[in-house]
Amino acid sequence: MKKHLLFLLAACTIASCDTDSESVAETNADSFNRKALLEHTADNIIIPAYQDLAADLATLENSVTAFTANPDNNSLLTARTAFFEAYLTWQYVEMFNIGKAEEILYAFQMNIYPTNITDIQNNITAGSYNLSSPNNNDAVGFPAVEYMLYGKADTDAAIVAIYSNGTQAAGSKTYLNDLVNQMQGLTTTVLNDWTGSYRNSFVNSTGNSATSAINQLINDYIFYFEKGLRANKIGIPAGVFSNGALTTHVESYYNPAQSKELAKKGLQASVDFFNGTSYNDAPAGESFANYARTLRTNANSSDLTLAINNQMESAKTKLATLNPNFREQIAADNSQMTLTYDEMQRVVVLLKVDLLQTLNINVDYVDSDGD
Amino acid sequence: MNSNLQSYLNSTISSAPLAVFRIGFGLMMCYGMIRFWAHGWIESLYIEPSFHFSYYGFEWIKPLGHFTYLLFITCGLAALFVALGYKYRIAIIIFFLSFTYIELMDKTTYLNHYYFISVLSFLMIFLPAHKRFSVDSYASAKAYVTTPRWTLDSIKLLLATVYFYAGLAKLNSDWLLRAMPLKIWLPSKYDLPILGDLLQLSWMPHAFSWSGMLYDLFIPFLLIYKRTRWLAFGLVVIFHVLTRILFPIGMFPFVMIVSAMVFLDSSVHERILSFLKKRIGFMHTYFPKKEITPTSYNGGEQPAAAIAVVSFILFLQLAIPFRYLFYPGTLYWTEQGYRFSWRVMLMEKMGNAQFKIVNKETGKSFYVNNTDFLTPFQEKQMSFQPDFILQYAHYLGDHFAAQGHKNVQVFVDANVALNGRLSQPFIDTKTDLYQVKESFQHKNWILPFHDEPK
Repeated sequence: MKKHLLFLLAACTIASCDTDSESVAETNADSFNRKALLEHTADNIIIPAYQDLAADLATLENSVTAFTANPDNNSLLTARTAFFEAYLTWQYVEMFNIGKAEEILYAFQMNIYPTNITDIQNNITAGSYNLSSPNNNDAVGFPAVEYMLYGKADTDAAIVAIYSNGTQAAGSKTYLNDLVNQMQGLTTTVLNDWTGSYRNSFVNSTGNSATSAINQLINDYIFYFEKGLRANKIGIPAGVFSNGALTTHVESYYNPAQSKELAKKGLQASVDFFNGTSYNDAPAGESFANYARTLRTNANSSDLTLAINNQMESAKTKLATLNPNFREQIAADNSQMTLTYDEMQRVVVLLKVDLLQTLNINVDYVDSDGD
Repeated sequence: MNSNLQSYLNSTISSAPLAVFRIGFGLMMCYGMIRFWAHGWIESLYIEPSFHFSYYGFEWIKPLGHFTYLLFITCGLAALFVALGYKYRIAIIIFFLSFTYIELMDKTTYLNHYYFISVLSFLMIFLPAHKRFSVDSYASAKAYVTTPRWTLDSIKLLLATVYFYAGLAKLNSDWLLRAMPLKIWLPSKYDLPILGDLLQLSWMPHAFSWSGMLYDLFIPFLLIYKRTRWLAFGLVVIFHVLTRILFPIGMFPFVMIVSAMVFLDSSVHERILSFLKKRIGFMHTYFPKKEITPTSYNGGEQPAAAIAVVSFILFLQLAIPFRYLFYPGTLYWTEQGYRFSWRVMLMEKMGNAQFKIVNKETGKSFYVNNTDFLTPFQEKQMSFQPDFILQYAHYLGDHFAAQGHKNVQVFVDANVALNGRLSQPFIDTKTDLYQVKESFQHKNWILPFHDEPK
């Protein structure tokens, strides 16, 4: 009897070896090149965006140094221009909370808003602070710099006055410079890791496990779209999760005239990443849009990529109708904000439900047996 | 009583298979409890969540805080006692109660194989599985070399039901014609050595779907029929090992492989017992060798009662899976009558549910952030199962009413994707779920499904 069983096992093993050797060439044809997706994402999207951000922050550092050395209306405006340029570029990297960025809690130190002006003021008064402490997450990064450049007083002249002859002029100058240096340091750390060893381990991590780069990348992306974009930029200030609007939660609160610009960039960055549009001049490459299309075609399912792109387009169209100043939009007609949120929510459904089902990736948050 | 039936009930077979089954079952369950603990699941599934999804009618069954650990210890020890055959009857009753209590604490973790174990352990209460090669047998200095045929057959019938019904459930167009959900699942295993590439072949999902269906439908008969028994057992091993490699299904494959051994010839079990006997020979240093009298087991003190109960359980297993026929709509979509029916790994379903709390008087509303109340696993399971959605809606309603919100209404915007179809609206967004009571009635607030499987 044992012989029967052994024979059976042996037969099956031989059979599977047989089919294996003759079919490898054939199989590669219909499976997707995940490594190419990761290479394109690393080389033409993530690394160029970080390089751009690093350059923008260097410009910002120069202009902030110039401003604090010689505070006047001109140097303030130059610093603001450099600041907003960097803030726009930031919108392209926030979603990549992976590798070193995840390890050092990069995003928590770059863009937590609303910023806490009490903490900022206390830091300036104390004169000594640890900017990387979690307690200071809401007193550093872009929102803090924005407050320092736009929000310290009601008029530009009054802001310049604070830095030139205010009682805490020296402390404010130091804090502003420290903030920018801190952002530069963090960004350099992340960028160096990418251009160093991380890029190679990233592009080769194509497995379907909770910790593989390809799965983490798409999880981070969807998380960003749902939280960083849909909720933080639109939903929370519009008050969809609370009783009434929370205007103070608008991103770019102290520079509200450009608040919509940031949301538009965040949405554009999301569209670009999904479709593999390069951040640099390279042509578009492998993307999750292609990946989903390949899998759905193989499974004879409807075109999800098209559905996602159409819905992203609807969200863009709705967003474009809003007042560039979200504080004004919320005060005048908050329902337009809510409608924009609803369009983005529809994208979230397509990403979290349809795309994740199509990719059938191992999600990082569920750990238990299945049937 | 019919004389054929009477002679069947009086007929006996070797008690070795039942003893081996008891040992295997007890050891696996004991290991299962340790494994569950080691993965940290007692903490993450039962202690950390602030809210638990109850079964209708069993809302009073809740995790016990840190005493939940005690529950698992009790269950694991009871399983060990079952394996040893020590105070078997009490041990198996405690095992059944504690295991079933654990499963009833939160239906988020519902798995068919947990249900299978609950049913099986209940059945085992009525089987004399401890009359041979057990501490009980040693203590009484009696070993029953035979057991009534029906005792072993009841386990066989339960197993056959599981397989056959799992096969019946696969007879639908999604499984057989669209090869769903395997067309989603198999290609995603691209990173498995050797198998990963094979699974990309376009005909592979169909091959798996059809062979899975044929396997489930026919394996019980192949196991019963003497001439195909070893072939069938080989297939059982291959099938379950393969599913273990492909899917995260924990202990289930091993439970099924060990259980399927009951179909093997009793000579195999006799050899296993004599092998074990040699292994534990050293025990005689501590426990004196006793003369154990081999006797023939007559079915116990109350054979008629035991037979009646066992027949009833088995009848229920045959009937319960068909309760879905009482509900209108698509079974996969509404899941009314889906559980407890051996519909194993049958569909790929995901959803997203956004709840809205409305003040009926003022019309003011806000959305709920599900992560404030549910673990990611709970949210995942809730998002596509109507009874979860309803229970959660009530929990939210109560929560916000207690916070001082007035005239609370709870609405949900839920979208669900089934077997690779584009997601569709799932629940009527105009139904105030806070006013809906859970019952066995049809849930008419589930929207109809378009493009249903035949």
